[in-house]
Amino acid sequence: MGSTNSTLLKIPNVEVLMQETGFSPAHIIRLHDRFKALDKEGRGHLCPHDFGAIKELAMNPIGDRIIGAFFSPGKETVDFHTFVKILAHFRPVDKDRPKEPNSPEPINSRSNKLKFAFQLYDQDKDGKISRDELLQVLRAMLGMQVTDEQLESIADRTIQEADLDRDDAISFEEFRKSLEKINIDHKMSIRFLR
Amino acid sequence: MKGKISYIDQNNFLHQAVNMFFSAVKLGILTLGVYGIDSLLQPASSGQSMNCSFSHFLIESTSLEEELKDIRRNYPSPSSSEFDMSDAFYFCRRGIESIVDDEVTKCFTAEELESWNLLTRSNYNFNHISSRLTVLWGLGVVIRYGFLLPLRLTLAITGVGLLVVLTAMIGFLPNGRMKNFLSEKVHLMCYRICVRALTAIITYHHSENKPKNGGICVANHTSPIDVIILASDGCYAMVGQIHGGLMGLIQRSMVKACPHIWFERSEVKDRHLVAKRLSDHVKDKSKLPILIFPEGTCINNTSVMMFKKGSFEIGSTVYPVAIKYDPRFGEAFWNSSQFGMMNYLLRMMSSWAIVCSVWYLPPMIRQEGEDAMQFANRVKAAIARQGGLVDLLWDGGLKRGKVKDTFKEEQQKLYSKILVGTQEVRSRS
Repeated sequence: MGSTNSTLLKIPNVEVLMQETGFSPAHIIRLHDRFKALDKEGRGHLCPHDFGAIKELAMNPIGDRIIGAFFSPGKETVDFHTFVKILAHFRPVDKDRPKEPNSPEPINSRSNKLKFAFQLYDQDKDGKISRDELLQVLRAMLGMQVTDEQLESIADRTIQEADLDRDDAISFEEFRKSLEKINIDHKMSIRFLR
Repeated sequence: MKGKISYIDQNNFLHQAVNMFFSAVKLGILTLGVYGIDSLLQPASSGQSMNCSFSHFLIESTSLEEELKDIRRNYPSPSSSEFDMSDAFYFCRRGIESIVDDEVTKCFTAEELESWNLLTRSNYNFNHISSRLTVLWGLGVVIRYGFLLPLRLTLAITGVGLLVVLTAMIGFLPNGRMKNFLSEKVHLMCYRICVRALTAIITYHHSENKPKNGGICVANHTSPIDVIILASDGCYAMVGQIHGGLMGLIQRSMVKACPHIWFERSEVKDRHLVAKRLSDHVKDKSKLPILIFPEGTCINNTSVMMFKKGSFEIGSTVYPVAIKYDPRFGEAFWNSSQFGMMNYLLRMMSSWAIVCSVWYLPPMIRQEGEDAMQFANRVKAAIARQGGLVDLLWDGGLKRGKVKDTFKEEQQKLYSKILVGTQEVRSRS
């Protein structure tokens, strides 16, 4: 199809991108259209302000954290490649992929999805979710609807259950273990239309 | 006096005859042309128009509850009614979904067409498809800019000029039946000339429900042209802010012939003053029905956004009108952040045609026990249903403004009810 190929050609390194992320050409085009629509000033990259303009995201209690996940520490802009790679975390897991022993783990594997979620909690990126960080997330999700004591008791209980090595913080392994039975693929995947 | 009337009539008739002939010919050729091109083209535009989907906090809350219950069902434990780390997944997923696609942004950009209508402005992925098509497109440009545009500009200038001059002249007459009669004729004639200037091909349905004196006419808003389209079929009292320049001149002369409601900029902020003036107007049964667009801003004609309740508090009969444009011949939506008024009018006059349908819906009255907001929603639903538009609860003010914190609080409230609510159950048992 004429229009498909020429749009794909405009994106640099699109083959590599498709291989790394597993998106189909139609998905890449769709995401590219969306990227351009969000990049209102046509600069070729997005800044936090552009994400903030999405009304539904502004209403989301943890909207700022999700936006923050797109920007690596120190960087103020997101280019198309990074945009697609982050969104690739939410691609449904490919059930029929043959397991090649030497290939790197796909971006949308269960483990990588969990790492993304862990990142939302662990804002200072020290590899552990401290009690403070947990309180912050709870406050964001519950707003002013609950008292400080209720918040603290929820946090205490959660750490008590998940923290196995008793260091008063939740590491990635403990995080993963506490979510063993959850169907991560279902909960952390979205349908990419078309 | 008699001579003047016959002059107006003659002018009117000649104008109408000429314009009707031209527009019939044009529409005939264009219809054949566009449908012919449809068959030439394979669906070239890669945009399928995604419809705005219905979103409501009620659905929001049930889906939040269901999701959380579903997550926890697979994880039976004594503390299963409590916060779990996976609760954040729901919000995370919703956030990412809205990054990939969201409803509100869609409603403020022009609708994507399924196949190209030979206007560069509606070709989103501009690609060379075939030389035959490019030739056709070139021919189209020549016809539109060389032939149609000058013709339309002349008509537009004539229409506006006549409106200003004639209404000013009528202003000198003493108030009475003659003045109202003349004013009606003049307004109708000038608006019809303007309609021809845009080559708007309008189909009016259910004219028996046309708004009557002492009522309020509400309609969905897509562009400033809506006013011309409605006013060419009936006389309305317009409501709006006084502008400067040409618009202001037109407004000032219109108000000489019949009472429109123009507000100073400072008065607009005062809701009570606005409401009082409106209700004074509707109480006087000899005055024309008021025309109001309750959305407050231009929406892209695929959906209807929240109606502001001000006009529904006044308590008179509401006559809903649904306007639906056919985007294949020319996109009528005014994206005011993308281009200004002059640019917009130029685009209107250089498209093929503006084709639209107007439905007059049966009048509605606020019922017992219904507050203004519920009444507004009822009217909105009726308009959306008739026009085939999607009924949204979002506020058109989101086009420019930030999201109010109350929306975020709603989400937080829902979630906390689930957590804290179940805690109460636990403490009881």
